[in-house]
Amino acid sequence: MTLLSIESVARRFPNGTEALRDASLSVAEGDFVALLGPSGCGKSTLLRLIAGLDAPDAGALHWQGGPPGPGEIGFVFQDATLLPWATAEENVWLPLRLRGIARAEAQPEIRAALARVGLQGFEGARPRELSGGMRMRVSLARALVGRPRVLLMDEPFAALDEFTRHNLQDDLLALWRDTGSTIVFVTHSIYEAAFLARRIVVMTPRPGRIATEIASPLPPQPATRFTPEYGALVAEVTAVLRRSMS
Amino acid sequence: MSWPPAIAGLLVLALWQGAVWATGVPAYLVPGPIAIVKAFLAAPGFLLLSLASTLVVTFTALAVSTVLGVSLAIAITASRWARAAIEPWAVALQVTPIVAIAPLIIAWVGEPFAALVACATIVAFFPIFSSTAIGLASPPPELLDLFRLNGASRWATLRLLRLPAALPYFLAGLRISGGLALVGAVVAEFVAGAGGFASGLAYRILESGYRLQIPRMFAALVLLSLAGIAINAALAALGRLLLRHRGEA
Repeated sequence: MTLLSIESVARRFPNGTEALRDASLSVAEGDFVALLGPSGCGKSTLLRLIAGLDAPDAGALHWQGGPPGPGEIGFVFQDATLLPWATAEENVWLPLRLRGIARAEAQPEIRAALARVGLQGFEGARPRELSGGMRMRVSLARALVGRPRVLLMDEPFAALDEFTRHNLQDDLLALWRDTGSTIVFVTHSIYEAAFLARRIVVMTPRPGRIATEIASPLPPQPATRFTPEYGALVAEVTAVLRRSMS
Repeated sequence: MSWPPAIAGLLVLALWQGAVWATGVPAYLVPGPIAIVKAFLAAPGFLLLSLASTLVVTFTALAVSTVLGVSLAIAITASRWARAAIEPWAVALQVTPIVAIAPLIIAWVGEPFAALVACATIVAFFPIFSSTAIGLASPPPELLDLFRLNGASRWATLRLLRLPAALPYFLAGLRISGGLALVGAVVAEFVAGAGGFASGLAYRILESGYRLQIPRMFAALVLLSLAGIAINAALAALGRLLLRHRGEA
């Protein structure tokens, strides 16, 4: 079932930059979509439009069951952006707290969200006591805790080292399989898009527009990384990206 | 406290005392450290009471500056109109030489203690105000977006994000203001003391000057310096205590 359909949205910033032109996309419930492209192709802008943090100059977004209300969007940024003074548990509590849910009442949900990202036992840890990867896990738990209708991720693993990035990618894939969440994932990494997404949406810059879309035939599991099919998909996406840039 | 400053200080004191002895310069011109300590020990309660009076003014001014500085910083963060209305006046107050306006304030306010506090507050207010304002604006845009996405009210954003984010900035401002409040209190006491209001260390300095009790004047100055160092150290310790869990996120 279609959760969200985006119909030829455009966005031009006050400084004249045409960030998006005539972009259309539909996202089904339980989908894992990657928006892939070089910097300046409008993928983050599109994500902000979906989040409702920005509004399109033209076109429209149609949500199944009406636009999302407070707390119905889970957002993960490039940096973990945790509250440095708060513990992991308090950071994950934040979205629920802002909806007026007391800590004691939220506790089971918070614990479950932290466990889901592999951080049981770290409830009382503060951000500075955690590694970059663990901070990103707390950030992911914070985005999941309110059971959002869609999880939006803006290059969340770009700043991590490769080993940590692979672990997080594997765990995100498992999490998506287990929970059936809908995920829209922005990345500039072809490898990441090909490994994670069920649908790879290729975008091109100046003006930002959607060039094409590639469906992934790969099974969503860690072993995929080492298969020839994965290599073939990376090659295909690379070729498409090259063609659409020239 | 580490050893190098103590050793350097003792060395300077020894050289100073030696020079005083060697040249035979009279104590009413340049007193040596021993004469200064003797002058303090001759009437310790007298000087310490004056110090206490100055410190009461200092801490009251610091408290008033904190309340005023933080509230006005919140006001200019919340409203563009308030920013336009408040900021130029805050700057004007900051650049006004307190020596120039202290006599007027003392004459207008009338009640001496309130007048001293008003002068010290004018000097101490600005660092708290401006650094708190910078701190309130410091949260990264992503966190502000996150609060928006979760439907946070302005009050919730202030309480759960902006105020905690501003704490290190406020504490840095407070540490500067602590020293300035002491300076402001002493300047105001000088002006008031010249007008006959007998309280505080500045009055002791003036009085000792008039009576050529120069060692006692120096003793009062030393007390003032020690008080300044103690205030600075105490506020630094307060900052470390409150920020002990902080780090990058």
